[in-house]
Amino acid sequence: MLRMRIRTHITATVAALLTLFSASFAGAQQDPIRIGEINSYTGPLASFTVPYRNGWQLAVEEINAKGGVLGRSLEVISRDDGAKPADAVKFAEELVRREKVDLIAGTFLSNIGLAVADFAARNKVLFVASEPLSDAIVWEKGNDYTFRLRPSTYMQAAMLAEEAAKLPAKRWATVAPNYEYGQSAVRAFQDVLKGLRPDVEFVGEQWPALFKLDAGATVQALALAKPDAIFNVTFSIDLAKFVREGQLRGLFQDRHVVSLLTGEPEYLDPLKDEAPEGWIVTGYPWQGIEGTAHKAFLDAYRKRFNDYPRAGSIVGYNTILTIAAMLEKAGSTDTDAMVAAMKDLQLDTPFGPITYRSLDHQSTMGAYVGRTAKVDGKGVMVDFRYANGADYLPDDATVRKLRPAK
Amino acid sequence: MSFIVVQAITGLASAASLFLIAVGLSIVFGVTRVVNFAHGSLYMLGAYLAFSFVAAFGESFLGYLAAILLAAIVVGGVGAVMETSLLRRIYRAPELFQLLATFGVVLVVQDLTRLIWGADDLFAPRMPGLDGAIQFLGHAVPQYDLFLIAVAFVVLGALWLLFRHTRFGVLVRAATEDREMVAALGIDQRWLFTGAFILGAALAGLGGALQIPRQAASLSMDLNIIVDAFVVVVVGGMGSIMGAFVAAVLISELLAFGVVIFPEITLVLIFMVMAVTLVLKPSGLFGRPEFTMAEDRRNPDPPLRAGDGLSRIFWWFLLVAGVAAPLVIGDFAVVVLTEIAILALFAASLHFLLWGGGLITFGHAAYFGLGAYGSGLAVFHLSLGMAPALLLAPLAGAAGALLFGWFCVRLSGIYMAMLTLAFAQMAWSAAFQWVGFTGGDNGILGVWPSAWASDPVVFYYLAFVVCAAVIWGLRHTVFSPFGYTLRATRDSALRAAAIGVDVTRHRWLAFTLAGAAAGVAGGFFAFAKGSVFPDVLFVSTSVDGLVMVLLGGLQSLAGPILGAIVFTEIETELTRLTDLWQLFLGLLIIVLVVVLPHGLVGLSALVRRRSS
Repeated sequence: MLRMRIRTHITATVAALLTLFSASFAGAQQDPIRIGEINSYTGPLASFTVPYRNGWQLAVEEINAKGGVLGRSLEVISRDDGAKPADAVKFAEELVRREKVDLIAGTFLSNIGLAVADFAARNKVLFVASEPLSDAIVWEKGNDYTFRLRPSTYMQAAMLAEEAAKLPAKRWATVAPNYEYGQSAVRAFQDVLKGLRPDVEFVGEQWPALFKLDAGATVQALALAKPDAIFNVTFSIDLAKFVREGQLRGLFQDRHVVSLLTGEPEYLDPLKDEAPEGWIVTGYPWQGIEGTAHKAFLDAYRKRFNDYPRAGSIVGYNTILTIAAMLEKAGSTDTDAMVAAMKDLQLDTPFGPITYRSLDHQSTMGAYVGRTAKVDGKGVMVDFRYANGADYLPDDATVRKLRPAK
Repeated sequence: MSFIVVQAITGLASAASLFLIAVGLSIVFGVTRVVNFAHGSLYMLGAYLAFSFVAAFGESFLGYLAAILLAAIVVGGVGAVMETSLLRRIYRAPELFQLLATFGVVLVVQDLTRLIWGADDLFAPRMPGLDGAIQFLGHAVPQYDLFLIAVAFVVLGALWLLFRHTRFGVLVRAATEDREMVAALGIDQRWLFTGAFILGAALAGLGGALQIPRQAASLSMDLNIIVDAFVVVVVGGMGSIMGAFVAAVLISELLAFGVVIFPEITLVLIFMVMAVTLVLKPSGLFGRPEFTMAEDRRNPDPPLRAGDGLSRIFWWFLLVAGVAAPLVIGDFAVVVLTEIAILALFAASLHFLLWGGGLITFGHAAYFGLGAYGSGLAVFHLSLGMAPALLLAPLAGAAGALLFGWFCVRLSGIYMAMLTLAFAQMAWSAAFQWVGFTGGDNGILGVWPSAWASDPVVFYYLAFVVCAAVIWGLRHTVFSPFGYTLRATRDSALRAAAIGVDVTRHRWLAFTLAGAAAGVAGGFFAFAKGSVFPDVLFVSTSVDGLVMVLLGGLQSLAGPILGAIVFTEIETELTRLTDLWQLFLGLLIIVLVVVLPHGLVGLSALVRRRSS
């Protein structure tokens, strides 16, 4: 055991020296490009952010092994915001003022993403918002310095509404956590579905407090409305409670369920053998995605971390790919040049090519839409397809109306 | 009709879980007077332990049952360690100080749990034999719900027997009634306290373990449950077992039917129940009026003198350091210093209530948050500039304190603390869920300083000057006739009333004053961060304030300032260095509490005693 540890130490040291050596040649002894990164790495959100961190670490290692970008290596200076927006702003200040980073990236919770985005605009720093879902980041509160990677609440709700419209169901009920995310998701789903199917009606809605779902009572109340189908936005511990109570009380029998994000391993895997079957979901079916780009990512990830990737991992990975591609295009770390390069930036990712729209700074990264099933006592997604984010955004005129012109 | 019956059963099942967690908290408080913030952590620990035991031997009904009971026993053991190694050392410290220690335990348990079990939610299998539902009046009722209800009644019965028919139980009841009399009769209080704490901890562990067939074990369980448990205990009456039971049923049934009638406001509902109960019956449904935390002050603090040499040096040093610092430190340090100045004012305003008036509040975040929202909403809805928006901050804080205070000052001790918490949580719920007005969770953005103050150094000086002036004002008030009268109401409300002091009005005024001061801090906080989010109103902000005050030391005006400095610096630096910052911060708090039971200011008292 000890010998093994010593050996790994030696290998690591040699590897580090080699990297240093090669970097100093390739990089003409330049300082690394410094990326400030902020996310909620402690507390209850760690199960989502740690796979994300693995993702960006992998990308940084791969890029630096190839000699970095613009002849310089990438260095990520990472901070934990403890899920508090005020602390996220404090660390954004620290990264910009003390650590002198060239740009900021990261964040998971929408409110933290928005706070950092506002900070970025005020301080004229580029911010690549990787994970937050809120539509406001690129629309109502969008700004010149902020670009967002992950498909937004609206995009994912629209993907599901398209599938929902194909169902015979006419009477719909919704259940969503009562805060901005839940409310926007339900609104987007209702709008798109009604546009496609004017004959549907929404007969019941439940708004449990976030992470305080009173599962039995909520399930009973939903059943009381006698819907043909249910749109679910609850996630994490609320989802687990909802699924178990719903199955016990027969809520899902002969009913369609359409559920946001539930196909992401972060949310599906904790349900184990009780994962619901036949729900239409958005997610990340890592086991079954075809294509060499994703295969290479999957293999590298499993080799590096001895674990399978979650949806967050791919977001973290794509964040660094975005930054590297942007730097190549910009040719410098000047903020104006980087912001200009982000507009209409095209790059290849494990999900295929994506573009950062100059219209609203949203990337066209999509998500997989499919049905849940159980294989070997575990929930997986089947019959899935890749929904390209570009196809699930409102038309340009609507977006212009949503996004204030400066 | 059948729906109503089934929904009532569902409500009873939730009540069963709530009762188990609340009754332990109530017993511990009744005997030891410790407000145990770590009770939720023990509950969480019970769930995680049960998950592991179930994985090991929970394949049969009996195995699963054994796993649950074993988890409860282990948590009882953890409680024993916690009581004998930590709490026992600090019963003599100023009241509320144990609160700080238990908060340290919350942080430590949170990180240790993450280290041991990982961050993923752990969803246990259903309980074998109780994994289905029975058909009842055309609805499916989960078998486990019925089992939970039965367990609650068994525990209620067992506790009744314990407290009526065993020597231990009789002593616990006696200690709840009159601790000193029990001691005078030659009972070894230490083991009584330990026993009560073990019982309470084991009940919390049982409550958590029984949850795993219903919900996933997760790291958010501790803070999610603790506030609800406090509400149940307070509504039922502190120290009353029957009260905890009735309150748990009342609240759970209200929630069960609340989701049908008004699904949007379930979060506020529970706090409205508490507020209404306390206004109508100030000591809870089954509590006794004389039963408060600030029992009576047989040993009031020595009268405060207007600063001797050492404290005068401290204040001058602070002032000079505050003015000179930006000249020598870096940009980011100025940003941190601004935050310290703001939080020092927040802590000082809380200290003014806690120490100056003996008014215990767990909801001081309300006035800080209202100040922040007052400024933020003024910028957002009225497009006001920084100066007028900042002027609105104390008004918003004072208005909130005036309104909430009217209800709160009529209560005392722990009941008052809980009502302040209820109002703060209602304010938070409104900010969180009323998206149209407050922006909800997405908050208010673009609350940046005006152009002339946009340089961090300029903004720092502005914040420093205003915050220092308000702190000086609070200090001045303490030595004014009003301040002395207020302290008279603190040391003996009865005697103060007898000489013609309007106790309620003085307390109300103090409340409003502290609210206004906290509002100023909140306003500056909004502009320092450029945004306002609901978490400024959340209970964690109140707890941070309490930690600062208690860390610095309750019995000196310098305490909150010192506490704000140390707490902010440690938090900022620790989070930069390690993912385990909660563990280290918690351990640090625990060590400080044991070594310096009078806070950091206690150090100076030590020095003074040495030198004289």
